[in-house]
Amino acid sequence: MNAVTVSAAAVSDRPPAGGSARPLVSLHAISKTFSNGTLALKDMSLDVGAGEFISLLGPSGCGKSTALRIIAGLGEPSSGTIEWPGATHDVRGKPEREIGFVFQEPTLMPWATVAGNVWLPLRLKGVSQRAARDQIMEALRMVGLEAFADAYPRELSGGMKMRVSIARALITKPKLLLMDEPFAALDEITRFKLNNDLLELWERFGWTVIFVTHSVFESVYLSERIIVMAPRPGRVFRELTIGASYPRSEEFRTSPEYGDYCRLTSDALHAAMAAGEA
Amino acid sequence: MTTVAAEGPAEAAEDAPPLAPAAEGGGRWLRIVVPTVMLLLVIGIWQLYTTAGHVPPYILPSPSRIAQSLFADWPILLPALLVTLKITFSALALALIGGAALAILLVQSRWIELAFYPYAVILQVTPIVAIAPLILIYTPTTQIALLICAFLVGFFPVLSNTTQGLKSTDHNLLNLFELYGAGRWQTLRLLRLPGALPFFLAGLRIAGGLSLIAAVVAEFAAGSAGAGSGLAFRLLEAQYRLNIPRLFAALVLLSVTGVAIYGVTSLISWLLLRKWHESAVRREN
Repeated sequence: MNAVTVSAAAVSDRPPAGGSARPLVSLHAISKTFSNGTLALKDMSLDVGAGEFISLLGPSGCGKSTALRIIAGLGEPSSGTIEWPGATHDVRGKPEREIGFVFQEPTLMPWATVAGNVWLPLRLKGVSQRAARDQIMEALRMVGLEAFADAYPRELSGGMKMRVSIARALITKPKLLLMDEPFAALDEITRFKLNNDLLELWERFGWTVIFVTHSVFESVYLSERIIVMAPRPGRVFRELTIGASYPRSEEFRTSPEYGDYCRLTSDALHAAMAAGEA
Repeated sequence: MTTVAAEGPAEAAEDAPPLAPAAEGGGRWLRIVVPTVMLLLVIGIWQLYTTAGHVPPYILPSPSRIAQSLFADWPILLPALLVTLKITFSALALALIGGAALAILLVQSRWIELAFYPYAVILQVTPIVAIAPLILIYTPTTQIALLICAFLVGFFPVLSNTTQGLKSTDHNLLNLFELYGAGRWQTLRLLRLPGALPFFLAGLRIAGGLSLIAAVVAEFAAGSAGAGSGLAFRLLEAQYRLNIPRLFAALVLLSVTGVAIYGVTSLISWLLLRKWHESAVRREN
């Protein structure tokens, strides 16, 4: 239980969620049409406050991954604008997005060790492995894998690979962590475990997280705000606030309050899917 | 209990990696013993057949006669072997460098690929024996002609395999590199090339064997007119003189060389991939 008290103390340092401060990133009427003519995302607007934990929830084809990729700068929107009010801009006027991205697959380089994989973001910035050593170990310690620095990805279980992927996203100390259904391929036990770990890290370090998922239960457990999205064309359907206080633990997962939120969210999701079929 | 303590050795064991030790019994011994016994058996029957049947050595020499010839003609065969080996390995080296370099160039742009790839295919599908006479005319020495022939044969497997490998890069990893602002050179060096390594090594193993074959075939094409004194030349010479034991001895040298090249290229491949690639890692269930 001591971990709970530690993180409860840390949570007070965190800026108030979705606070009055200017947002970290805001999307204005973002639309994206793919080259085959599919309208993947239509008129999406969203303000993401610093320190928030937001989930994008919806069935496949609702544009949630597309939205995440556009925020990450992988692919330009067809119309609309993204602003990074707090970010510094580089010489070409592009915002320096300090982001970490976790894909649905661990997306590790099989030929590199765990440490080598975690080093990658720094290596691309020209930091030698020796200079990055401490940061690599710190990131691995965060996800509980410091003993596996020299292992190769194929020697790890699915959950451990995902932890490596998270460590890699954390090594640059990003302000914004983008996660694209990161735990969807894992078994339930491992997923719950990683959910808890992620929440604990978030409370401790106070980044902003945008988490894409198709699981009602996962989104309610994790987030302060859920953006329910509808398909064909992908769009924001409804926005829900999950008011339950942090830290959230297994007690929350089995509480009536959690059940109520899940029912509410599930109803919204069904309405979104019905709207998509209409 | 409702602990949310995240890190700790307890759950590191819970999703422990499949690092089980390789428990192998007599598997390794069998792999050596069975082929060896088989080889000895074949040689024994061969020896028995030629001695008991009084087969003349100019029809089918006995293994002992071939060994004798190998020993006696060693001063002739060894320099010939060295000439063939020199051509084979120079050609293989050129094929590896040229094939990999052109593959890297091809994947840089669709235009380059469209412009160059058809010629690589044409060079590949045209029988080497058919171009050899032309090459012999155009080049200053026979050795260079042989080298070009062997190179042309070994080049294509390296090129097509490496190209395929460079194109098979994981899209998510490419996105990741883009996300972290990797340059073209960084992406090539840190992502595309390591990813293409297993493909390149498959090309190496094919090209290794083909280079030897091509070196011999090209020497045949150069014929007795050629100033070449490689193993193929000695083979032809032995045939004209009906020195069949020496012909067999040269053949033995060629196959041993071929097997050795295959063994070495497989070993290189295994050494480079054993840590991470499925092809080189023992499957455990």
